[in-house]
Amino acid sequence: MSLLRIRNLSVDFATASGQFRAVDGVDVTLEKGELLAIVGESGSGKSVSMLAVMGLLPWTATITADEMSFEGRDLTKITPRERRSIIGKDMAMIFQEPMSSLNPCFTVGFQIKEALRIHMGMDRATRNNRAVELFDQVGIPDAASRLNTFPHQMSGGMNQRVMIAMAIACNPKLLIADEPTTALDVTIQAQILDLLIRLRDEQDMGLVLITHDMGVVAETAERVSVQYAGQKVEEQPVKDLFRHPYHPYTSALLSALPERATSKILPTIPGVVPGQFDRPQGCLFSPRCQFADEKCAQTPPVPCGPEQGRALCHHVDAIEAGEMA
Amino acid sequence: MSDQATPAAATRPSALREFWYYFSENRGAVYGFWFFVAFVLCAALAPWLAPYDSAEQFRDHILQPPVWQEGGSWAFPLGTDPLGRDMLSRLIAGSRFSFFVGVIVVSIAVSGGVMIGLLSGFAPRWLDTIIMRIMDIILAFPSLLLALVLVAILGPSLTNAMIAIAIVFQPHYVRLTRASVLAERQKDYVTSARIAGAGLWRMMFVTVLPNCLAPIIVQGALSFSTAILDAAALGFLGMGAQPPTPEWGTMLAEAREFILRAWWVVTFPGLAILVTVLAINLMGDGLRDALDPKLKRS
Amino acid sequence: MHIADKFSKRPHDCGPLMLRYIFTRLGSFIPTFIGVTLISFMFIRVLPGDPIIVMAGERGMSEERYQEMVVKLGFDKPVIQQYWDYLTGVLQGDLGNSFVTKKPVWDEFFALFPATVELATCAMIFAIALGLPAGVIAAVNRGKFFDRALMSTALVGYSMPIFWWALLLIIVFSGNLGWTPVSGRLDLLYYFDDVTGFMLIDSVLSGQEGAFKSAVHHLVLPTIVLGTVPLAVIARQTRSAMLEVLGEDYIRTARAKGLSPTRINGVHALRNALIPVITVIGLSVGVLMGGAILTESIFSWPGIGKWMMDSIFRRDYPVVQGGLLLIAVIVMIVNLTVDLLYGVINPKIRKR
Repeated sequence: MSLLRIRNLSVDFATASGQFRAVDGVDVTLEKGELLAIVGESGSGKSVSMLAVMGLLPWTATITADEMSFEGRDLTKITPRERRSIIGKDMAMIFQEPMSSLNPCFTVGFQIKEALRIHMGMDRATRNNRAVELFDQVGIPDAASRLNTFPHQMSGGMNQRVMIAMAIACNPKLLIADEPTTALDVTIQAQILDLLIRLRDEQDMGLVLITHDMGVVAETAERVSVQYAGQKVEEQPVKDLFRHPYHPYTSALLSALPERATSKILPTIPGVVPGQFDRPQGCLFSPRCQFADEKCAQTPPVPCGPEQGRALCHHVDAIEAGEMA
Repeated sequence: MSDQATPAAATRPSALREFWYYFSENRGAVYGFWFFVAFVLCAALAPWLAPYDSAEQFRDHILQPPVWQEGGSWAFPLGTDPLGRDMLSRLIAGSRFSFFVGVIVVSIAVSGGVMIGLLSGFAPRWLDTIIMRIMDIILAFPSLLLALVLVAILGPSLTNAMIAIAIVFQPHYVRLTRASVLAERQKDYVTSARIAGAGLWRMMFVTVLPNCLAPIIVQGALSFSTAILDAAALGFLGMGAQPPTPEWGTMLAEAREFILRAWWVVTFPGLAILVTVLAINLMGDGLRDALDPKLKRS
Repeated sequence: MHIADKFSKRPHDCGPLMLRYIFTRLGSFIPTFIGVTLISFMFIRVLPGDPIIVMAGERGMSEERYQEMVVKLGFDKPVIQQYWDYLTGVLQGDLGNSFVTKKPVWDEFFALFPATVELATCAMIFAIALGLPAGVIAAVNRGKFFDRALMSTALVGYSMPIFWWALLLIIVFSGNLGWTPVSGRLDLLYYFDDVTGFMLIDSVLSGQEGAFKSAVHHLVLPTIVLGTVPLAVIARQTRSAMLEVLGEDYIRTARAKGLSPTRINGVHALRNALIPVITVIGLSVGVLMGGAILTESIFSWPGIGKWMMDSIFRRDYPVVQGGLLLIAVIVMIVNLTVDLLYGVINPKIRKR
């Protein structure tokens, strides 16, 4: 039984000018203790799909899925009360902006002990000890006195450590990290990533790492799922993906990495992710794809087999054969 | 997976269409809007709509109840007041005064307030401090009390009441304008306009002011209704329009002693004030929702 | 080991910053106070007509008597000197004497002040007790029936001409139902000395049976009338503050922790939403003083509002002048207190 299994998940938002599809038929599978990275540009729906799993989307969102289960429990049919007993305990999430993700009116100690009280039913002294222990675990120095500080009195890196301590407080089986390092300084980024990997190893929890940074993926992940405009366009083990990307979008992302640059000017992907008003009829990447032809513009592609990274592209074979340079 | 049934991309709607979409999403705002239109028409056509002259006294029909109550007649659908004047005619005539109060107070307060606020936002620090301190001082007085005292100085009349209310409202516009000017000045487009060599006047009126208008428009709509309320309150206290002017607040003051004997002389003028103010506030709320992008749904 | 983790602030350094915040607020209080005294000083001098003639009333006054009054009121001195005398007088609690009663304005004001405070406090408690829950319930049920019903009611309350509202309530509750008295603070049946000036407390202290009930009866309608607009404002402001807060990242975090909606709304959201609501409550005090003029006039409530209104009609200028100044200063003090309270409730502000 997989820890997390999602089949054909779609999320639509009601907006002033009609429905907007943010996630379009995405599949995700995660085993216990596994680390999956979901990669994509801003607006590719990677956060939205995970927020759907957590049940944190606003009321304007409509979620449809053939399957969405956590440890075999169907998350689409669960009552709100049952969901609340799972999220924050067995399934936890940390967010991109540590500064705004903590409540400014309460001390960090209050916020971490709150989760312990509700899910673990600990008494006051046990809660306090556990909170200190968690702060130590995530590398916050002087843990006991730090519990009494307000979020705005600490740096972003420290706040993100608090967020992580809060997320792992109840020993979750799955941790979703939504761009945990994007808002932080580069030096802190590496520390936070190391911390997440270490915690995963220590507690044997599944970890979903949402990021737009291929560099982060290369350092950390085991399996990579690439999303574009709400669709999964490719999925491979990390080594294979870097060695042999099948989808043109993945190739373009990889060649935009500074480490891989072959010329003086870093290659970029022209254009932006399509929005509500310029969604193409066929392949969603076709307006920005160097290989796109008439077929790509007209017909949506179907995914290839696992041997080709389930790439969502008409021309995988042709590109591989070098026919479409 | 291959569910591509999403309709072909819609084109981005025009700004006005989008505004109306958000505005009309709030049904109350649309009702308010149509009632306001009716109110304006009523004010404009008052002499032709009213069955009688508002001052005409029918000595045989003193305190006649409305038509649906025993003793009422269709000649005076909403009854008559203690001097035998037709309530309906007086109410219709009163809409004129309320409309004028709203228009004049808002235009004086907005034009003055926006000018001073714009000046304050662009002025050197010392001038800005002085202006804002003066506004603080005016705001320290409860507005109705200050208006009352101003009217006491100027002498009680509707014109003086309007002037007093406009003076009391002014600081709100100064603060609002200054705050949005300061917020806008931080933005890149203003910097780029300055670098492009725009002069001070151009910066103030062409570059910055149009981007500050949304909150001012909303505040304008809301103070239109507050102006009507305050003018009526002054009239009620005997410091606004003087009898026999058919101003709604003044009518209420005249009718006070009859409240337990003839409910209609008290109820209708107040109801007219309430409904008018309510309609304008509904419209103002709709305007705010439509103009304030923060409250729009994602 | 975590050298790169730098702390922007040490944890327990709120004290001196909070003091500085208090001093900044006090610093802006003094110039405003001086401005307010200037305006009330100018008031008597820009009035149409000669105040001394007004004082004399219908009877008129001899030339010598007139000159005597000019000297007594200090009108012969230069304006700057007059203002200085006025300001020092104000600071010593001397606001002149009423033209009508000849008693010191200061004493009259503070004799009537408790009645207004009692009424305003009851109105505010009424407004907060109903407005806060209404706003929270509306925000949590956004777009649903409760939200629409509560917010439509609030908008009606917000648009209400309260002088008319008072008359309507009198028609229904005093006229038709006969439940409440029409005016005053207490039935004539009862009499006892002022101890605190607050009728609710004094009536209990007097030990007279039924006195407290009578005081409450007299207070009900004025409280509702005066509290209606603040109630509507607080409900609307609470709702919009809650809606804003409910969209914040930290609410998502709270939901991600698996907290119950009651706890999220009642603890995490409300605490943050209270910050703007408290500002609005503070600002309502000015509105309340304006409303008190109308309410007290209608219900013959012997407080500051009615006193001011009567004095305006009697052209008792020293009273109008002194009352205007004292009311403004009290509103300023309340606003200052609210600002300081704001610093306590919002931990972030102590940072500045």
